[in-house]
Amino acid sequence: MTDIPASSRLAGAPRSESAVSDIRSGLSRRKSAQTRLKIYGIVAIVFALTMLGILVGSVVSTSIPAWTQTQVRLDVTVPDDETPNYRSLVNDSLVAAFPQAERDRAALRRFTGILSNGAQFWLRDELQASGAAPGSTVSIWLPVSDPFEQLYEGVISPSTPENRRPLNDQQIADFQSLQQQDRIRSVFDWGLITNADSRFPELAGLKGGLIGSAFLMLVCLCVSVPVGVGAAVYLEEFAPKNKFTDFIEINVNNLAAVPSIVFGLLGLALFLGFLGMPRSAPLVGGLVLAIMTLPTIIITTRAALKAVPPSIREAARGIGASEMQVIAQHVLPLALPGILTGVIIGLAQAIGETAPLLLIGMNAFVTSAPTSMLEASTTLPTQIYIWFDSPERGFVARTSAAICVLLIVLSVMNLFAIVLRRRFERRW
Amino acid sequence: MSTSITLLIPLLLGIGGFIVATSRARRFSDVGSGKMHSLPKYHGYLVALSIIVPAYLIIFLWLFFEQSVLRGVIVNALPDALTNGATPAQVSLLISQVQQAASGATFGNPDPAIVEVAGRLREAVVFSRWALPLVIVLVGLATAAVLVSRIAKRFRARNYSEAIMRGLLIFCATLSILATLGILLSLLFEGLQFFSRVSPIEFFFGTRWDPQIAIRPDQIGSSGAFGAIPVFMGTLTIAFTALFVAIPVGIFAAIYMAEFASPHVRGVVKPLIELLAGIPTIVYGFFAVLVISPFIREWLGSIGIAVSPTAAIVPGLVMGVMLIPFISSLSDDAITAVPQSLKDGSLGLGANRAETVTKVLLPAALPGIVGGVLLATTRAIGETMIVVMAAGLTANMTVNPLQGVTTVTVQIVALLTGDTEFDNPKTLAAFGLGLTLFLATLLLNLVAIQIVKRFREQYD
Amino acid sequence: MMENVSFATAGAHARAPEMPVKMFGRKVEVFYGQKQALHGVDLEIPERQVTALIGPSGCGKSTFLRCLNRMNDTVAIARVVGDIRLDGEDIYDKSIDVVELRARVGMVFQKPNPFPKSIFENVAYGPRIHGLFKNKAHLQEIVETSLKRAGLFEEVKDRLDEPGTGLSGGQQQRLCIARAIAVSPEVILMDEPCSALDPIATATVEELIDELKQNYTIVIVTHSMQQAARVSQRTAMFHLGRIVEVGPTEKMFSNPDDKRTQDYITGRFG
Repeated sequence: MTDIPASSRLAGAPRSESAVSDIRSGLSRRKSAQTRLKIYGIVAIVFALTMLGILVGSVVSTSIPAWTQTQVRLDVTVPDDETPNYRSLVNDSLVAAFPQAERDRAALRRFTGILSNGAQFWLRDELQASGAAPGSTVSIWLPVSDPFEQLYEGVISPSTPENRRPLNDQQIADFQSLQQQDRIRSVFDWGLITNADSRFPELAGLKGGLIGSAFLMLVCLCVSVPVGVGAAVYLEEFAPKNKFTDFIEINVNNLAAVPSIVFGLLGLALFLGFLGMPRSAPLVGGLVLAIMTLPTIIITTRAALKAVPPSIREAARGIGASEMQVIAQHVLPLALPGILTGVIIGLAQAIGETAPLLLIGMNAFVTSAPTSMLEASTTLPTQIYIWFDSPERGFVARTSAAICVLLIVLSVMNLFAIVLRRRFERRW
Repeated sequence: MSTSITLLIPLLLGIGGFIVATSRARRFSDVGSGKMHSLPKYHGYLVALSIIVPAYLIIFLWLFFEQSVLRGVIVNALPDALTNGATPAQVSLLISQVQQAASGATFGNPDPAIVEVAGRLREAVVFSRWALPLVIVLVGLATAAVLVSRIAKRFRARNYSEAIMRGLLIFCATLSILATLGILLSLLFEGLQFFSRVSPIEFFFGTRWDPQIAIRPDQIGSSGAFGAIPVFMGTLTIAFTALFVAIPVGIFAAIYMAEFASPHVRGVVKPLIELLAGIPTIVYGFFAVLVISPFIREWLGSIGIAVSPTAAIVPGLVMGVMLIPFISSLSDDAITAVPQSLKDGSLGLGANRAETVTKVLLPAALPGIVGGVLLATTRAIGETMIVVMAAGLTANMTVNPLQGVTTVTVQIVALLTGDTEFDNPKTLAAFGLGLTLFLATLLLNLVAIQIVKRFREQYD
Repeated sequence: MMENVSFATAGAHARAPEMPVKMFGRKVEVFYGQKQALHGVDLEIPERQVTALIGPSGCGKSTFLRCLNRMNDTVAIARVVGDIRLDGEDIYDKSIDVVELRARVGMVFQKPNPFPKSIFENVAYGPRIHGLFKNKAHLQEIVETSLKRAGLFEEVKDRLDEPGTGLSGGQQQRLCIARAIAVSPEVILMDEPCSALDPIATATVEELIDELKQNYTIVIVTHSMQQAARVSQRTAMFHLGRIVEVGPTEKMFSNPDDKRTQDYITGRFG
């Protein structure tokens, strides 16, 4: 070894002092590069989570006014005729609440503006439900119109200049006089869930959308689950490995990534155009969503079937179970939690889907909840879109509240999927 | 008889057939000896399936052809005086008059000939409503009779019923192809009609998009311009803005979670980020309009940059947030799929974690990441609600994200919502755009799936 | 016919009395795609005896075993040619229902694979799908007898409702044997039934196999020479997809004809 010159360093020989110090001097630079990468990662995560927070936070905070309804108490004398004029009854009762005010037409118009346009129908329903004797006086809470609701909730402030707010000083004074008489209250607005759509934000509710969505989900479930699970079982358990099954497989993967709006075009051209089904009908919407959900269900079901160990299949076959018995009696029951999770995920995707439904007219203005699969209807997400598209200010809060309802529905579905997966998690 | 009852008939017949066949087989068999080829219930299944499957086939074919047969009935019944020399449009007008008359909706004094034909139509409809269940019941009973009479010890009912089930499963698998075929055919059918009126060259290379078309021929106004280049440019501008946000955020987040985060942090952050993928796009659209648009306009306005209210940057940014989980989870998968041995090799040489990530893991995971980005691009191009709510309707030739643009999907929705009528170039244009969108995403998907697949195979 | 053919019992001794042939294979060849796994295998399986298939890994012994109840049917690329008969009947004939065949020729696998159901349901499954019981009491009786025959009843009689997957490895394998017995098969195929078990459990299962041969024809694939020597009356030595030697177990282990058999049983390869 002595005859090797010190200058020539062999590969693999120990490094000289200078090389080690080279490495050492680079360490801090390399370390800061690593820190930088970490910081980028943290910034990215923080950005994503902040966006999530702002999204949920802004929607929830904008929705707050919509959860409550501001009402005014009126003393109404129950009319004794068969078909009373509720509109004038409301107006009379309202004017009676302003004993000092002059009774000219301008004042009258001002007063009636306080109440919601739907107040007369509300009054009719309340009176009919109460069954009060004609001639007696009952006090009834009626909803106020949108600007006054916003005034009560502080969205419109009396301190802003008169020309910058939708209510003038006189109107505000009227309202405050009612407040001093203790005639104003704010209650939780069940109408948001129990009313159907309306032109007036304070009366608009999600009933139609919720029932429509339920119908859609029903159709979607009845079509996509049997077809999807059947297709998955065939592909996973029976299909020979050949060009045709490869083709189906590619096709399913592709279908999963087709933009949702294209399914709307399919629904429009095939179901409405070619088959002549009615527009805006839950049946058509459900079918469109079913086709859209199909690939999700096929893919997740196949994964669940794959997870069932082959030894179970062998065991059953070894006793003489036929292929169909192996699947129906062993594989499917064991894969069921996975399949159900996939079904829920697919339905959760479908229930929030809007674009294809717009094309088949599910954003129609419908003031009653659908009672059949062929009646015009809206859905939860298209109802959100309708309200979003409406110019009245009160609809902003309604839109947010509807989104909250949608997000709650989705959370419940996902929670259910998680519980299901936890509960049936199986180790072989 | 109403359709819903008709739909129930096969089911009831099937249950009845099941009960009859099962009890018959049970009487036949030496129960519990194992000498019978099939258990009694399989005889039942076979009878039930042989009733139900053909019955529903008949129902669907019947309902499918009913309308055209009824039209034929009307045309035949119409007096020659009315149909001779009539254009197809006039004939279909006559048909709808008859249909209205038959459903009781008549306006003014209808032609007595029409009323008479309407009567015939009503008869035909009633006939059809009763004939269908009758046919189903007869066919079902005949099948049941034949099969029940064949029940015997060695009759292979299980094999036959399983063959039917297998056929049904194959049918299910084929339906997924039919879905794609349906999409392709309906887009092609309407799209080609569009291209027969507007030349593809104008559509793909024209630079003016203004699909307003005169409703009446004599109406003053534009005849519509269908140059889709500005629409495509708008789509790409928004998509690239989105990817510009989503790619770095997604990849850095994935790197951090795969290599630096503790299992605890990962367990909390990963599902939270994936929540972003579960939020419906209509919520993102609302978020864009409610929060992001005012924020960006105010912020950029304060430094003297004017931003259009429908600027591409608003939907682009929000769409970017939506795509983060896409990129991050696919990148995460790709990074964690790189074999540990490669990673150990790098760490063993003295490289630190960051160097291992950037020099070893990322290059090895690149195909997986690229596949993920392509899939995200597909989403961005096809995303509808965010742009419908936050982007504009006017097509501008620009790639500036601060200007208002429109996209393919916005135009499809705009052209098809409201009262749509087929055969109108305006609605057909939507199908032209839809066809383009479908083919573009199909191509991107195929490429992305191939890349991801090859990447997976490499390390499997 | 074939049932009456007896073995040429040259050098036979007391442990291997002459028995009629239950199953036999003639010129059996199996192809997995392009690959040929068995080359013209001829083997006769005597009734109510234990036939052991031995040989190094990948020699085709399991493949042959799986031909005997057509388990290879489920492998899409597998193709079986040749003649395999059960009681003189060609089991690959079109008229044969594979489900009925497997009820007659049961199988026990390498790894115990009880269904994730109760012990009772595990055993009752076969009788249920083949319709082998008259009423509930009869089914209970079948389950009990099967568990008794498998030597498991005493250990599990108080917990028939508990999942079969909760048993120990040896118990699980005996449960699988009970499950196979419950359909009263004529032949039981065992594919290395003890390879996943500890020595004590192995001994129990081996004893069980020895008892079962009074009622059933058993074919067992095993890696262990000692096991083959302990439980079988006849042994077939497979090598590279062919049978190199077949004969009474005693003779195979004391005085094999073929050099390869000798090398294998003395541990020179395998």
